[in-house]
Amino acid sequence: MPGLNRNQMAWRAAQDIADGTVINLGIGIPVLASDHLPAGRDVFFQSENGVIGVGPAAAPNEADTDLVDAGSRTITLRSGATIIDSTASFAMIRGGHIDVTILGAFEVAANGDFANWDSRIPDKGPLVGGAMDLAVGAREVWAIMEHNTRQGAPRLLERCALPLTAVRCVRRVFTDIAVIDVTDAGFVVRELLPDVSVERLHARTGAPFTLAQDFKPLVVPPLPV
Amino acid sequence: MAIDKRVQSAAAAMEGVRDGAVVFISGFGGAGFANKLLVALRDHGAKELTLVVNSATHRLSLTHELIAAGQVRKVIASAGRGRDAGLSVFEQLLKDGKMEFECVPQGTFAERIRAGGAGIPAFYTPVAYGTDLARGKEVRTINGRDCVLETAISGDLALLRADIADRFGNLTFRHAQMNFGPAMATAAKLAVAEVRATQDEPIAPDRVQLSGVFIDRVVAVGA
Repeated sequence: MPGLNRNQMAWRAAQDIADGTVINLGIGIPVLASDHLPAGRDVFFQSENGVIGVGPAAAPNEADTDLVDAGSRTITLRSGATIIDSTASFAMIRGGHIDVTILGAFEVAANGDFANWDSRIPDKGPLVGGAMDLAVGAREVWAIMEHNTRQGAPRLLERCALPLTAVRCVRRVFTDIAVIDVTDAGFVVRELLPDVSVERLHARTGAPFTLAQDFKPLVVPPLPV
Repeated sequence: MAIDKRVQSAAAAMEGVRDGAVVFISGFGGAGFANKLLVALRDHGAKELTLVVNSATHRLSLTHELIAAGQVRKVIASAGRGRDAGLSVFEQLLKDGKMEFECVPQGTFAERIRAGGAGIPAFYTPVAYGTDLARGKEVRTINGRDCVLETAISGDLALLRADIADRFGNLTFRHAQMNFGPAMATAAKLAVAEVRATQDEPIAPDRVQLSGVFIDRVVAVGA
């Protein structure tokens, strides 16, 4: 049965971005969250390359390769934006000045360990970028990922099997079927798609979990893939 | 003699660069790549270079031309993955054991360069603790936080792209061109900036984004 698509996962994560947040969105699904921010929330999107206040993507006729985000997208700036150098940008990240980062993930462990940088593709060069800095430095780390691999293996685990990005850092996970908090007591499921049973969720999850006191259905509007 | 850091060509800006140089290359995501200087360095022909560059393989940077020309011995970067499913020249050299590669988290990369230019030999950071990238590094718990010792990077040559330079080497940057440029300029013995234009008139002091003290040569290359 189909779970949420990429835009729906990003939409669900965007609902949790509080007004006034300074946030860094990773490449892939996370960056889509900026398109789904609820109206009235004034948010600063920070990008590792030093753009503080990323606006919507640039129209093709206005694209300028000097004005890009860390994912090489040509962008616009929001009002109040600033541009700083990389050392200041990472001082902002490492120094705890970023409220939230949302990052794509391969695996998350019940203790918050996080793997998102090395999927062990044979012979391809390593790529870590700013993931380790964000995972350690942001005040809160949220992960977005499919609940299971294409082969059906769980990505929520007792311990990560893939190389770690950072230890004990993830606070919340948005998957295509559930929203899960990572707590001192392990995974706590907050929301679950109505057509996925709790038993089925156990079968698809690689670690024990409990249900939140305010456990509720995961409801997301239809959105294009 | 009046200070004037302007040189006539990118080729002239490479004068004195030697084999084995440690070369910083600025630029990120498309902004701030000093591609005219990279071509000049390729044509200059210095070999056995160590490149310190955020990405070894970015499609809009000509870094790969130095690698393809066989001038590079080692790369220190946060990214070394090509875009395509097949292997880039860099990845093939890595696979064949003909290239050394040091993968560094991007913020640690920036801070190691900053330290190199700021007289700080090493520093502790919580980033990469407990990961493969901390392997073999000294670990210490400071104020209850597990940290990794990282050493500074300094080098011989920095290549950066800026918007305007005056004859003192003072720079302004356009949009996101700045990225690693200021830190790299401070960490290199010879810092060279290619710029859209140079001017006789000094840039207003409170508009200068990088002091000319950190810059040795500037060359105007147009937009």
